[in-house]
Amino acid sequence: MTTTTLTPASTDVAGPRTPAMSARGLTLSHAGRTVVDRLDLDVPAGQVTVVVGPNGCGKSTVLRGLSRLLRPSAGAVRLATDGAEADIWSLRPKEFARRVALLPQSPPLPDGITVVDLVGRGRHPHHTLARRWSAADDDAVARAMHATGTLDLADRHVAELSGGQRQRVWIALTLAQETDVVLLDEPTTYLDVAHQIDVLDLLRDLNRRDGTTVVMVLHDLNLAARYADHVVALREGRLVGCGAPADLVDEDFVARVFGLGSRVIADPVTGSPLVVPAPTHEQTGATP
Amino acid sequence: MTATAVAPAPAASSAVDRVRRARRRPARRVRLVLTALAAAACAAVLVRVLLGEYVVALADLVPILRGEPLPNAPGASFIVMEAKLPRALLGALAGLAFGAAGAMFQTTLRNPLASPDIIGTSLGASAAAVVALTTLDAQGLWLPAAAVAGALAVSLLMHAVGRGTGLAGQRMVLVGIGIAAMLSSVIQLVMTRTSIQDAQAALVWLTGSLARATWPVIGLLAVALVVLAPVLALCARWMRLAELGDDLSTTLGVPAGRARRGLVVAVAMAAVATSATGPIAFVAFLSGPIARQLCGGRPSLWAAALVGAVVVVLSDFAGDYLIPDVNLPVGVVTGALGAPLMLAVLVTAGRAGKA
Repeated sequence: MTTTTLTPASTDVAGPRTPAMSARGLTLSHAGRTVVDRLDLDVPAGQVTVVVGPNGCGKSTVLRGLSRLLRPSAGAVRLATDGAEADIWSLRPKEFARRVALLPQSPPLPDGITVVDLVGRGRHPHHTLARRWSAADDDAVARAMHATGTLDLADRHVAELSGGQRQRVWIALTLAQETDVVLLDEPTTYLDVAHQIDVLDLLRDLNRRDGTTVVMVLHDLNLAARYADHVVALREGRLVGCGAPADLVDEDFVARVFGLGSRVIADPVTGSPLVVPAPTHEQTGATP
Repeated sequence: MTATAVAPAPAASSAVDRVRRARRRPARRVRLVLTALAAAACAAVLVRVLLGEYVVALADLVPILRGEPLPNAPGASFIVMEAKLPRALLGALAGLAFGAAGAMFQTTLRNPLASPDIIGTSLGASAAAVVALTTLDAQGLWLPAAAVAGALAVSLLMHAVGRGTGLAGQRMVLVGIGIAAMLSSVIQLVMTRTSIQDAQAALVWLTGSLARATWPVIGLLAVALVVLAPVLALCARWMRLAELGDDLSTTLGVPAGRARRGLVVAVAMAAVATSATGPIAFVAFLSGPIARQLCGGRPSLWAAALVGAVVVVLSDFAGDYLIPDVNLPVGVVTGALGAPLMLAVLVTAGRAGKA
């Protein structure tokens, strides 16, 4: 590069970077029940963070706390992107929506909507009363659709797409939002294994290319270990451990988080930790 | 690490073109449908004014509207200006209001049942008007004022019950259906207790009729619609996000509760129309789904409004002349037409839900 950039090129700075989002003492309650209890959590900027844990451990609730869908009963979440640091609840809704996007687990699909129209909904935070749709919006939608490989589907009805294509379209919507942080709640649910890998590859590519900070909840510990730069493990609403998968995921970790006996070996394809569960009943797997 | 915070390169122009083209295509269809519906609405009004037991020649209409005397048809002017035209216009305006309000409710709450005539907002307006009419002897502007107040009270109650739950929209609908049942019994009660004259007047508030079409009523409704329509257009932006569910709506910058608060405009619209004509059955409920079919699956408030106008004006015409010597109020006709259509809508909605 010959051009001089005066922007703070954050990645080149040695030492710990400011996390894109950080929760301190975050307590989230639902219907009077504390689901997440005094959680301290950092989301490293420009990395892929995956939240794992057993069913009902509060993974999705944490995502709701990070995305302002749930107001904390105690503690706070701070957002530090674009060089501006603030409590997420101090921002106006649209301002927050220009900085953090969320893809919920299975959002309702509007009647009769086409792909391009649905992706275009992601541009709402960039509109004002006076400034509605503009060329910049066409550009952002085109980029999001190109990145997710959905351009060819542009005028199709979303309802007639396959599950994998549909998920790409929803991801395109969150990308069209053009935020620094993208949160995804189980983006691989209802997808077969090939489409799971497809979606996760897509998300990692986006992270590597644009530096988008990705946080997702995943059920599958092996996929988490394979795609995460940073794993956050929860159990019963409390943090059990966090760090790079290679440092974190071992047999003891699996036992502590899931209460499951296992062997952890190196994945022959990627080298990341691969959890091979031990049988939970004596007889299984030991047929004479 | 190679991650950088550089702004991404602009998309290839071919991709942008493709996006533009794909965006324009459905918009073109909606424009076409809107033009056709507007023409149909005008045609319906013309049919209502010109045809019927007393046929008026099209050539005579302009002089009549100008107030010029017609030597060859002395009674025509009176019949058009005092009976046929007010009825047609009131029907068209009320239809516009019911259609738009119904579509707004159904789309925002993502539920075909969530229209003001099903979930009690229109009946709230009716009940308040009936009570004002029979116990307070309300006249003139007080009637629509009472109707709007009644509709707002019902809506606030529904909103309060649904508040703060993940299923706020669904709960609003269920609570609303309950309230509707309660309110129609309130109206029945008032009618059994009041004088026969008042009961006759109050009957309008149960079935809906264009018999009260007078120029002041039309003027009031027209002014209300002109004021409310731009506000409705603004709230329609929130509606587009509400369609994506509470979560996405919130993270796209419109907290779910705010989108539902936008419904207050639709409530006002339905209430003002109800105060002029009574609750015309099924118009709010059916205009949205019909308009959506015409527009290729996408809901459109303006198409729904126009469908409402066409349906009300033509139903009123049919009610007058379909059965000889019997004048059916418009609400009876739309009710008879609407019930089977409602079943059809629910059956198709159920199928879509499963797919």
